[in-house]
Amino acid sequence: MEIYDLTAHELAEYIQKGELSAEEVTRSVFSRIHEVEEDVRAYVTLTEEKAYAQARYVDEQRRAGKKLGPLAGIPVGIKDNMCTKGIRTTCSSRILENFVPPYNATVVEKLEAEGAVMTGKLNMDEFAMGSSTENSAFFPTRNPWDLNCVPGGSSGGPAAAVAAGEAIYTLGSDTGGSIRQPASLCGIVGMKPTYGLVSRYGLVAFASSLDQIGPFTKDVRDCALVLNLIAGHDPMDSTSAPNPVPDYTSFLTGDIKGVKIGVPREFFGKGLDSRVADVVRNAIDKLADLGAIVEECSFPYAEYALPVYYIIAPAEASSNLARYDGVCYGYRAVPEKGEKYDIIEMYMKTRSEGFGAEVKRRIMLGTYALSSGYYDAYYLKALKVRTLIKDDFARLFEKYDVLVSPTSPTPAFRFGEKANDPLTMYLSDIYTIPVNLAGIPALSVPCGFVDGLPVGLHLMGPAFGEGTILKVAYAYEQNTSYHRARPPLQVEKRPKPTVRLQEGGNHRG
Amino acid sequence: MDNYEAVIGLEVHVELHTKTKAFCSCPNEFGKEPNTNVCPICLGLPGVLPVINEALLEYAVKAGLALNCEIAAFSKFDRKNYYYPDLPKNYQISQYDLPLCRNGYLDIEVNGATRRVGITRVHMEEDAGKLVHGEGGADYSLVDLNRAGVPLLEIVSEPDIRTPEEAKAYLEKLKSILSYIDVSDCKMEEGSLRCDANISVRPAGTGILNPKTEIKNMNSFRAVQRALEAEIKRQCAVWAAGGTVESETRAWDENKGTTVPMRSKEEASDYRYFPDPDLVPIVISPDRVSRIKSELPELPDARARRFTSEYGLSAYDAGVLTASRALADFYEACARNYRDPKLVSNWVTGEFLRLVNARNLEIRDVKLTPAHLVEMLELIDKGTISGKIAKTVFEEMFDTGKRAEDIIKEKGLVQISDEGELSRIVEEVVTANPGVVADYRNGKEKAFAFLVGQVMKATRGKANPQLVNRLLKERI
Amino acid sequence: MKLSKKEVEHVALLARLALSEEEKERFRAQLSSVLEYADIINRLDTEKVAPTYHVLPIQNVERPDKEHETLPLEETLQNAPQRDGNYFRVPRII
Repeated sequence: MEIYDLTAHELAEYIQKGELSAEEVTRSVFSRIHEVEEDVRAYVTLTEEKAYAQARYVDEQRRAGKKLGPLAGIPVGIKDNMCTKGIRTTCSSRILENFVPPYNATVVEKLEAEGAVMTGKLNMDEFAMGSSTENSAFFPTRNPWDLNCVPGGSSGGPAAAVAAGEAIYTLGSDTGGSIRQPASLCGIVGMKPTYGLVSRYGLVAFASSLDQIGPFTKDVRDCALVLNLIAGHDPMDSTSAPNPVPDYTSFLTGDIKGVKIGVPREFFGKGLDSRVADVVRNAIDKLADLGAIVEECSFPYAEYALPVYYIIAPAEASSNLARYDGVCYGYRAVPEKGEKYDIIEMYMKTRSEGFGAEVKRRIMLGTYALSSGYYDAYYLKALKVRTLIKDDFARLFEKYDVLVSPTSPTPAFRFGEKANDPLTMYLSDIYTIPVNLAGIPALSVPCGFVDGLPVGLHLMGPAFGEGTILKVAYAYEQNTSYHRARPPLQVEKRPKPTVRLQEGGNHRG
Repeated sequence: MDNYEAVIGLEVHVELHTKTKAFCSCPNEFGKEPNTNVCPICLGLPGVLPVINEALLEYAVKAGLALNCEIAAFSKFDRKNYYYPDLPKNYQISQYDLPLCRNGYLDIEVNGATRRVGITRVHMEEDAGKLVHGEGGADYSLVDLNRAGVPLLEIVSEPDIRTPEEAKAYLEKLKSILSYIDVSDCKMEEGSLRCDANISVRPAGTGILNPKTEIKNMNSFRAVQRALEAEIKRQCAVWAAGGTVESETRAWDENKGTTVPMRSKEEASDYRYFPDPDLVPIVISPDRVSRIKSELPELPDARARRFTSEYGLSAYDAGVLTASRALADFYEACARNYRDPKLVSNWVTGEFLRLVNARNLEIRDVKLTPAHLVEMLELIDKGTISGKIAKTVFEEMFDTGKRAEDIIKEKGLVQISDEGELSRIVEEVVTANPGVVADYRNGKEKAFAFLVGQVMKATRGKANPQLVNRLLKERI
Repeated sequence: MKLSKKEVEHVALLARLALSEEEKERFRAQLSSVLEYADIINRLDTEKVAPTYHVLPIQNVERPDKEHETLPLEETLQNAPQRDGNYFRVPRII
């Protein structure tokens, strides 16, 4: 096992003890990046120089006897829709290809204050619209478990990077499943926290009432540690929750005896790959074996979640993305040769050339849903059904501590397989979307394989119930070994640099 | 035209002078170099979020209460979506169906009669930046976002206004109230108060609702009045000629003295309002409303009523004095410390305002203090200076801020009341003008005034006029 | 819900997107099918249901009226597609 294969909590321990330097860890991760990135293509921008500077700073701090943050010196990659001061932030869109923010997102500030080492900015579906990362304007990211398959999306880069060892953990964003679905498809842990738990300030908005930042990690303990780092009230975000934040690692007891788990039967219906269903059912049996009380339940409004989402999210997006107009920043189209354009022509040409097909499709859809004469029938109606879905969850959480389902109806699919039919692609998120509509937290944890491709178990909890979700996920994980599996990336064609631990290192290998 | 009456509603935008902008903490300041008063939030950069300035809410509630509005218990911000290069997000944060204040009114006086103009709503929104258009037919414009995000109130009146004079009186009253409660400078010339008008005309006395036009581009109260006069004339002429007034937006052309149609937009506007998901609801508690209410100062109407009863002023003078809070404060600071409030009123509405206008000053920038004016009036009472000399002294006080006593000393303006000295001068004047003296004795009253003038001239105006009169009469 | 080409063109103008003829037809078909699918929500009676604008019951978030640092001019203009002195420059506005 290589350094880059270790978890953040393992590495943090070595670094704190001085058995590994942050610089060594960083070197291991970057040599892995240089080894596999040509195949995986997780990164839009690498920040190697900055990473080494940050790593050396952490090492100096440690040598000077300063107290280090719990994840100081650990390499982290950031989805390219979170603003990083002085480092371009593209949202994998041509329209922001050269945009360099003059400010940091709150989460980035928090990570930097804790001594994080930033590896770079990760690929995604353009403006987080998609479920395969095929909508990146630059290139698709590949699934480390099978390079012919998608890593899921929209946070395909952050998921693939962690699975491939190109980062120890990463941050993604989840509007309808964009953390959990790729985590499931890449065989790692991914969590969407309660809406309002993590500040959205500096996260380039897709659908403001649904967007939430969350971690991708190799195991549940890492997930809890990262959540500790990024959660908490932010005065810069009016929708940020004022609730106090617990230490999430305190929930990792391994004991789930008596925990009440509901299994909504609607999440096992039409469209679910039967092999995925089997893997997930096995996982649920495992939870019962561990002492949880498992019961089938009903979520009657499940089928309405997808249509509601595809009205609300595009409506908000159509307004959020209006600012990309070529005036103050971003791409601006040039007039046809020998011609001049006025401001409206400039807008239209810029936006048509700057946005990809899926983004345009959703802007059109959202503009329509908000337009005069359709607002009540679509947008307002969707917000009302959203209430029904939210109430449905509330009712279930009176009875159950956690709900479980598959994270995604299928394992990773092949490139192009769903690219031509938006509706089929939208169905990838059928189990994850209700969670965003209700604003509740949910996590995907690896629970098995179908034909060598990972499958994720989806755990949902009530608002601010992250602790319970982590408790159940941790108990499950500690009694299985899926989280220790690493993808068999074929990289023999290039010389493989290895990084050895310094002498006296006692990491398990 | 006499057979028609106008139906006018005004839509006024005022910039609130909070310390910082509406949704970010950039200073709310003018006159900085272009694009130097901005941050990621008011630039509308990707990823930024708005947070409401508490002062914006306080000012808006204050204004709502001063305009006799109901304050909504539940309110929210919405996005108004449209593309314009001075609007960095291409949506304006505004309020749509749940404005903070509704159903208010204000009273105006025109030609001695009081009329009540309803206020439909008062809502909060953010201002846009400024565009500088390239000179001489240039094919480009320049964008300055310093003003983007400055807090605005939009105040919409009911179509209760009937004449251009009433429109002007409404604006003056609105300005007066908003300045009183210290939420805005309301300077139309500087753009901190902007006004659009909706206007239609109909046969007098009927309730017909004819198509209305929206008039923009009026840059002073005077311009509003003139534009409405011109538009009434135009609409009446259209109807009189058997035509129909088109519902359209027109711009006031100051040079031509008429309104002209504005280029119609390419599309019917569809602002796609929806609640801003980045901002949470505003719930103003009754306690907060009563706290703000209790902090409101005495408003112009109430103060004018008090001035007439407490100081015995005419309604007209009380109106003039209370139109501006600074002026009323100045007046009252003098009147409280002087025996004759009416005399103070004469000085303040007379010389004081004459000099304020002549020097083009704001009242708060005047150097003269109320205490100094009172001192000067007391010097007149004591006979130290004459009323005539006082005007000279007053002007000097006004311009320099010096005390009357110092000016009198410096310039040697003390009134001569020494009977011996004045008798000597009277003697000289009588001796030097035998013909005039003879004329007087033959019954020419005017001759006496000439002789007084000669004495005043010899003393450079410092002679005590009553004394001169007596001494002259005794002598001749 | 079937969209007409005219509706597609109107929405594209509102959204400031220039679409080719091919795109207009493709979006017309795709949006129609998504909207048709979305129509199932109209089966639900929501007359007595309040809309959910926000999932959390947060209200009255206000900040104090205190100034922060403004952005240095160079950072403000660093991403400008076209700069003219202190200004952002844009094509003619009619």
